[in-house]
Amino acid sequence: MSSIHKAEPHDHDHAHGSELSETELRVRALETILTEKGYVDPAALDRLIETYETKVGPRNGARVVARAWSNPEYRERLRKDATGAIASMGFAGRQSEHMIAVENTPKIHNMVVCTLCSCYPWAVLGLPPVWYKSAPYRSRAVADPRGVLREFGLELPDETEIRVWDSTAEVRYLVVPMRPLGTEGFSEERLAALVTRDSMIGTGLPKSPAEAP
Amino acid sequence: MNGAHDMGGVHGFGPVEPEPNEPAFHAEWERRAFAITVAMGATGEWNIDMSRFARENRSPADYLAKSYYELWFAGLEALLAARRLVSAEELAAGHARGNTRPVKRILAADEVDQVLSRGTVAVRESATRARFKPGDRVRARNLHPGGHTRLPRYVRGHLGTIERVHGCHVFPDSNAAGAGENPQWLYAVCFEGRELWGAESEPKLKVSVDAWEPYLEPA
Repeated sequence: MSSIHKAEPHDHDHAHGSELSETELRVRALETILTEKGYVDPAALDRLIETYETKVGPRNGARVVARAWSNPEYRERLRKDATGAIASMGFAGRQSEHMIAVENTPKIHNMVVCTLCSCYPWAVLGLPPVWYKSAPYRSRAVADPRGVLREFGLELPDETEIRVWDSTAEVRYLVVPMRPLGTEGFSEERLAALVTRDSMIGTGLPKSPAEAP
Repeated sequence: MNGAHDMGGVHGFGPVEPEPNEPAFHAEWERRAFAITVAMGATGEWNIDMSRFARENRSPADYLAKSYYELWFAGLEALLAARRLVSAEELAAGHARGNTRPVKRILAADEVDQVLSRGTVAVRESATRARFKPGDRVRARNLHPGGHTRLPRYVRGHLGTIERVHGCHVFPDSNAAGAGENPQWLYAVCFEGRELWGAESEPKLKVSVDAWEPYLEPA
């Protein structure tokens, strides 16, 4: 971990140890106080952590995308009422209460950011990665998206329109990437294995069938 | 507030550094800070807009020096102190002291799944009609409130087009200040890259923000 602005590695590695141990102590002390006061239930804390470490993650979103790729009716529903379409697969709730699915096409590439904090569709993608919350991504996604995409190893044709969605409200965006070529006849499960987290944020593309395990 | 959190278009932060196979948390204290923040949020002692403001309401140097979960934790400490739920003496001692004011509700372990899957809906009934419709040209107002706002600086004063009407949503500027939900129509407003960043902008770029009606004027 580092500061949110990712200071030079040497500097922050230096400051890191002492800062962290102080933070660690303070977090531990506060949890003790809140527990003693009865404001938090330790079992609820464990449950919250377990949920986002083991249950809720980008595999949820991958299933949504795979279904949209293989089922035209579902895709249409996702276009009209993404919140309902996603909830129908059992994914709903915190930080995904108002969902919109944005579809990549040969002409338009969508990309999602939250420049003001770190808004992210938890129910379909889990908790956001550090880079998504970091200053380099938040500052540059809206002004230099091609430069950002290059850092992810993604070079889009010059004629592709880049459409950036800055999540400034409680609306959360899920990118539906284009279905990879050579996947005709694939089951939803096989398709879902091609859908990466980054392809649903817009900083990556799905895997090709050759890249899938 | 025009704080360090409002990062769109700021130069100098360097490259994005993706981490392969990144874990959900990078340290045990991050797990605990995350969980106590979410659990305390469920007590109903504050709302999400107050939480966001508590994280961003600090000097730019402080904001930028903290990691993400350090900001969450600092925000939580500020909210607890402001509401007198935890005292400085308690923090120094590392234990509860004296009387404890009851909170509105306590999140129990067996409620976690339900509370998370229900979320907190921001849409409200509206007595008014939306002022704008898709295709309308609008200008983001040149506003600089000292309190919480969700209109990023990089769009202020710029011309855009209404792309979607999201519905009537809780207005963060009011909600964060404890002045009520004051629901307002919310729109996706699309801006051309060159309108935001000038002639040198990436030519095929469009950026949208979600903006409440009080942030916008007809153009």
